[in-house]
Amino acid sequence: MSDAIDIRLTVNGEPVARHVPARQNLVDFLREELGLTGTRAGCEHGVCGACTVRVDGAATRACLIFAAQLDGARVDTIEGLSESGEIADLQAAFHARNALQCGFCTAGMLVTTAELLRDIPAPSRAEIRDHLSGNYCRCTGYHAIVDAIETVARQRCAAKGGT
Amino acid sequence: MTERPLSFLDRPNSYIGRSVPRPNAQRLLHGRGTFVDDIRLPRLVHAVFLRSPYAHARIISIDATAAAQLPGVVRVVTAKDLAGRYTPWVGVLTHMKGLKSAPQHPLAVERACWQGEPVAALVAESRAVAEDALAHIVVDWEELPAVADAETVLAPGAPAIQPALGDNLAFARSIDVGAVDDAFARADAVVEDHFTVARHTGVCPETRSILADFNPADRQLTVHHSSQAPHMMKEIILRHFPLAEPDVRVICRDVGGSYGIKIHVYPDEMAVIALSLLLGRPVKFVADRLESFVSDIHAREHRIGARMAVSKSGEILAIAVDDLTGIGPYSTYPRTSAVEGNQVINLIGSWYRCANYRARLRVAFQNKPPMSQYRAVGHPIACAVTEMLVDRAAQAIGLDPAELRRRNLIADDAYPWTSPAGLRLERLSHQRCLERMLELMDYAGLRREQAALRAKGVHRGIGLASFVEITNPGPAFYGVGGAPISAQDGCTLRLDPGGSVTLAISVTEQGQGTETAVAQIAASVLGVSLERVRVVTGDTERTPYGGGTWASRGTGIGGEAALQAAKALRANVLALAGAILQAVPDTLDIRADWIIDAASGAQRIRLHEVGRAGYFRGDTLPPDVQPELVATRHYQPREYPFAFTNGVQASWVEVDVDTGFVTLLKHWVVEDCGTVVNPLLVDEQIRGGVVQGLGAALFEECSYDAQGQLLNGTLADYLVPMAGEMPDIVVAHLVTPTTTSELGAKGVGEAGTAGAPAAVMNAINDALLPFGARITTQPATPQRILRALKRT
Repeated sequence: MSDAIDIRLTVNGEPVARHVPARQNLVDFLREELGLTGTRAGCEHGVCGACTVRVDGAATRACLIFAAQLDGARVDTIEGLSESGEIADLQAAFHARNALQCGFCTAGMLVTTAELLRDIPAPSRAEIRDHLSGNYCRCTGYHAIVDAIETVARQRCAAKGGT
Repeated sequence: MTERPLSFLDRPNSYIGRSVPRPNAQRLLHGRGTFVDDIRLPRLVHAVFLRSPYAHARIISIDATAAAQLPGVVRVVTAKDLAGRYTPWVGVLTHMKGLKSAPQHPLAVERACWQGEPVAALVAESRAVAEDALAHIVVDWEELPAVADAETVLAPGAPAIQPALGDNLAFARSIDVGAVDDAFARADAVVEDHFTVARHTGVCPETRSILADFNPADRQLTVHHSSQAPHMMKEIILRHFPLAEPDVRVICRDVGGSYGIKIHVYPDEMAVIALSLLLGRPVKFVADRLESFVSDIHAREHRIGARMAVSKSGEILAIAVDDLTGIGPYSTYPRTSAVEGNQVINLIGSWYRCANYRARLRVAFQNKPPMSQYRAVGHPIACAVTEMLVDRAAQAIGLDPAELRRRNLIADDAYPWTSPAGLRLERLSHQRCLERMLELMDYAGLRREQAALRAKGVHRGIGLASFVEITNPGPAFYGVGGAPISAQDGCTLRLDPGGSVTLAISVTEQGQGTETAVAQIAASVLGVSLERVRVVTGDTERTPYGGGTWASRGTGIGGEAALQAAKALRANVLALAGAILQAVPDTLDIRADWIIDAASGAQRIRLHEVGRAGYFRGDTLPPDVQPELVATRHYQPREYPFAFTNGVQASWVEVDVDTGFVTLLKHWVVEDCGTVVNPLLVDEQIRGGVVQGLGAALFEECSYDAQGQLLNGTLADYLVPMAGEMPDIVVAHLVTPTTTSELGAKGVGEAGTAGAPAAVMNAINDALLPFGARITTQPATPQRILRALKRT
């Protein structure tokens, strides 16, 4: 098919080669082609943040980028971030604080949060809320999520010997 | 503070009242959940729907020839192709006298009655192929006049949307109790307002999803459904498709939010079942976000005129209301679309002593998507109308709004109480909740801060709202009216040979924490550790029969079933342990996975040794002992139709009078849901519910033009609450257990949504008070606030 393109990329640390339709977005590619169903399509126009993954280190809406654009890229999804242990403390804090209910938004929320704490190690509650403003959660009302992130920020700062 | 007597729940190592995190949240945190769209089956095909672009149109013809010939397309069907393969459904309940509706079909028959109604279905090997092909279906439409406005549809001579029904009045009901006219005549002040509450919708993070898998070889239909009520859905399928009871299984695995949206029968989902039966292969449908906005049920849409009479001394003398609600072209099946309005007029004023009450409800058909039950059905409207009138009454007689509430809330020692609309209230704590709230929020201090800031041109407002919540409904809610909706739930507990417990229960989980709460109860009563309890829900083949999770009933009803099942299993285990140990069972107990001597606490044998003896070593048991290591119990509330809860919310806001923007500074909730099984989960139910209410009060609106066209059907245009705009929410509890169950738990899922809009609307109006401006329309958008301030 002339509208398909060959790409090679790294997904969760593993090399992947595929022949993808030019119009296939990343969230469909991850889910349909690679079986990485932890990334979810919520609104498919970049508003809800459920499909947020990491592309070359940056939190990215997987519904707003085509797989065909990602030749040579490094993509990390909730599956990879879980297996590497990188966000284990965030997951533990979300669990302890019940910062998720239905769990549909959670993968996107965690990817966004990981980026926040990389860029702002000790964010205020207002900064946390601001950074999460592109991630829709219908269940929690956000308060518990903000609490969980605040806890992890504090733990990480303490582990580093304070801010 | 707990008033209930010591019971099984107070055993050593009890998990009741402990903030245990949800074991089943781990898979969701690791991207390992299983939502319907994650399920892939061999020969799976994907359904998409052609939906009416008009609010009202005749379908002259549908030509699918070109679409059907495209590579990858499996089948295109219209109403004609499905005729005779199902029976239509009608959304009425016999106990709602006079409620009428027309038969509904999976695909529109000859005429579409709302923009978004499914008209044709196309099945293809992939969703993308299906969507491409859909564009090749040609429909010849004749657009018909649409009647979208609930007021005009009831005008004399308005064309009937369902001609066979004669007119557009689906349901009407009146209440007139006490001496209302007399009370208004002798009042020192009468306040009157007109309230408008827009349509909004659920916006579930996971859109509606269904995978129907019919295997023609053995005539088994398995339906994977994003739903709250698998047993109900099975009954619905049996009623409307030619299948036998043993041949249908409904499975609900992870559900990405529901809030009442996923408890109704949707035409497109019924079409998917019909398609799987027709094709004999698995068919999946996942609504996209745009079609969710025009095909999920909408909520609310009320216009209410309301008056309150009050005496100089601050006694509420009478309330009179007139509610008009628009429900779309059909009453939704099987819960109907009349319960929302019915609950509005049932609930208004029901937390005050006022005995004079008049209400009229009219429920109107219109050419918009169907409206039906959504989280806190009717409650936020009843609460906002009542509490906004209370604030105005307080102003009218120059009394502080907290004081007016104090003088009129039903006294905590006055129960049982029956409201003017006939609601029977078992035992509530409005007065104590109000006092606790005023202390928690430092009401007096906030009033001082407000006055000081006002002098500096900063306009902040304080809003209070008392409320009740209907929870744990009994069979008189739906079952009595003929709906296949169970008010009872069952729990089966099995001791496994390794000493762990499998708990299968008919209530369901959509993230509330149902599974954790019932596991905590069973573990506490049995004396086993929580990590040894495995919970199974959401499968008609693997759980006892029951209603599912809705109307804040999961813990109150399912939890009681778990408690009773655990007592029964405990007795069975101790009987076997007694046989093994040659001890009287009554002298034994189970604690921390050990059989112990009850009096001394001495450990006798491990629980798993009882399991192993029972299952593998019958040879060691006395000949008359037949081990029975499974127990099942069911529960349904009978004494009261509902277990009411109560509480009060408060909101602290700042209004920018130049832009109309509202900043939510803080929100408080004091709530009484009886026994709190898991404080962590209860508080998060309240917070999440509050934010859904805040969305309704400030942002959410399905905007329609006069032709019934949705103007904001995307998440970019329809505003939902996001983290940046939401406040921190302080939650506190009083505990008044219901005495109708041993557990004493009432529900909590809807309390937040019930009271939040009233609190924030009162806070906004409190901020606007110096300007003589007032807003009574929800959502209170900046534009509407500026209009109220006469600044546009």
